[in-house]
Amino acid sequence: MSEFFHMGGYAAYLWPAYLLTFAVLGWNVLSARRALREARAEARRRLTADREDGA
Amino acid sequence: MDWTWFHKFGSPPHVYRLAGTLTPWFAWPAGILIIAALYGGLVLAPPDYQQGDGFRIIYVHAPSAWLSTMVYAVMASAAAVGLIWRMKVAHAVAASCAGVGASFTAASLVTGMLWGEPMWGTWWVWDPRLVAQLVLLFLFLGYIGLRSAIDDLGRADRASAVLAIVGVVNLPIIRYSVEWWNSIHQTPSVMKMDRPSMPMDMLAPLLMMLLGFTLFFVAVLLVRLRAEVLRRERGAAWVKEVVS
Repeated sequence: MSEFFHMGGYAAYLWPAYLLTFAVLGWNVLSARRALREARAEARRRLTADREDGA
Repeated sequence: MDWTWFHKFGSPPHVYRLAGTLTPWFAWPAGILIIAALYGGLVLAPPDYQQGDGFRIIYVHAPSAWLSTMVYAVMASAAAVGLIWRMKVAHAVAASCAGVGASFTAASLVTGMLWGEPMWGTWWVWDPRLVAQLVLLFLFLGYIGLRSAIDDLGRADRASAVLAIVGVVNLPIIRYSVEWWNSIHQTPSVMKMDRPSMPMDMLAPLLMMLLGFTLFFVAVLLVRLRAEVLRRERGAAWVKEVVS
């Protein structure tokens, strides 16, 4: 197992590269979902504001 | 020819619903492919005869680099469609690409540095391929900056579309830089005319990663597109139905 993590002496380059790439994948998932959530919340706020104006 | 499909793609409520339906069909295969490729690339693939286990950086570097140019091509094409046919949804697609593209361009540059240091003995050289890839990052960042600097949405769409289209000249430079100039960067191993120069147990995880990243991009693009469409359609009647 420790041999696996050692990666033939390239651990110091290989694992940061993998970590960074998966951080980028994770950021993309989270930021896209956040954008959609915020757009929905904003649309809902506007609808409520419009209703109150009309009343 | 029946053009209704084309008009449907221009209809925001249709796009919003369709994107929502399609997202899991791209997201799940992407996740499964990436995890399987991770196992294939880190465990099953044999070490390279020259680079040992160091070559395994390819499984994150090449897919990131592939996405960076692919996303740019999608962004510029969507921008062109938006500009030529005044299709708002196309502009929304282009705007949704920029952040994704910038993030994978940055990943390709940093993973490239982490590969360059042990193999070339340097983190960075002012090499044509590397410089062209850096220009790509600036194109994405410039596109994002330009959009956020213009308040009027229509003007932001048009101005950023022009920038995206002009920047397309950089794509062939990236692709052929390793052949036109005497580059330190290796020439393609997979995407070339004759057979890939890699044994199958090394190649299969790479192809799975490339496909997995591509599907991942589509899934992320669909989610971002829904957000973008919703933002643009604030006042529309259909929005009431989908958010309440």
